[in-house]
Amino acid sequence: MIRVQREDFDIGAEIEALSEGRDDVGAVASFVGITRADASKDAGDAVTAMTLEHYPAMTEKQLADIEAEACRRWNLTASLIVHRYGRLEPGDRIVLVVTAAAHRRAALDACAFLIDWLKTKAPFWKREETADGARWVSARAADDHAAERWRDAS
Amino acid sequence: MTLLYFAWVRERIGLDTEEIALPADVQTVAALLDWLRSRGDGYASALEDLSVIRVAVNQEFAAPDHAVADGDEIALFPPVTGGARP
Repeated sequence: MIRVQREDFDIGAEIEALSEGRDDVGAVASFVGITRADASKDAGDAVTAMTLEHYPAMTEKQLADIEAEACRRWNLTASLIVHRYGRLEPGDRIVLVVTAAAHRRAALDACAFLIDWLKTKAPFWKREETADGARWVSARAADDHAAERWRDAS
Repeated sequence: MTLLYFAWVRERIGLDTEEIALPADVQTVAALLDWLRSRGDGYASALEDLSVIRVAVNQEFAAPDHAVADGDEIALFPPVTGGARP
């Protein structure tokens, strides 16, 4: 299931809902992405907030494709992707990926696969606000490589 | 044809969406980008470096040789940065 929303989500409730009332789920894995201030550089570079812009029609389609691919590769009993958009501040949750399966390996691997692909395929753009002004974040090759490693894996 | 622009492509062009009548000789994504660049300074600036432009035809990523036709929804945007931090 895919949800793209402006509002926050309740991690515990979302995770519980995925296995509720079922007796075939033996493992639930989750990933939560959180907005980081990234104050590692000089103070003027610290991110005070960011705005996530997205392309709604394509987001739904890409996320559904990515989820279908995960279900095809691993024997999942259920999966969930919740992605937020709009203005977020450091500490705010951005994304939640939850996968449920009979066994841990499928749940863990599918969860890692989903978040790696999401970062390279889903049409989201980050605009960061810092003390020095706002700027669009440019794409990072490392995310492409993280997604790339799944090409040969299954 | 509906054109959609996102992130800094939207800012440079100064529009988030527009309807255009496609010239008959524009039949691919690459030809469309060429034609758009000739439409004004904002377009030329946004599409100056095509290595940082991604195109989706009807919500699917499309290569430069992908066909375009009236009735398509075509989106132009920078590489996605859902998880990126340089």
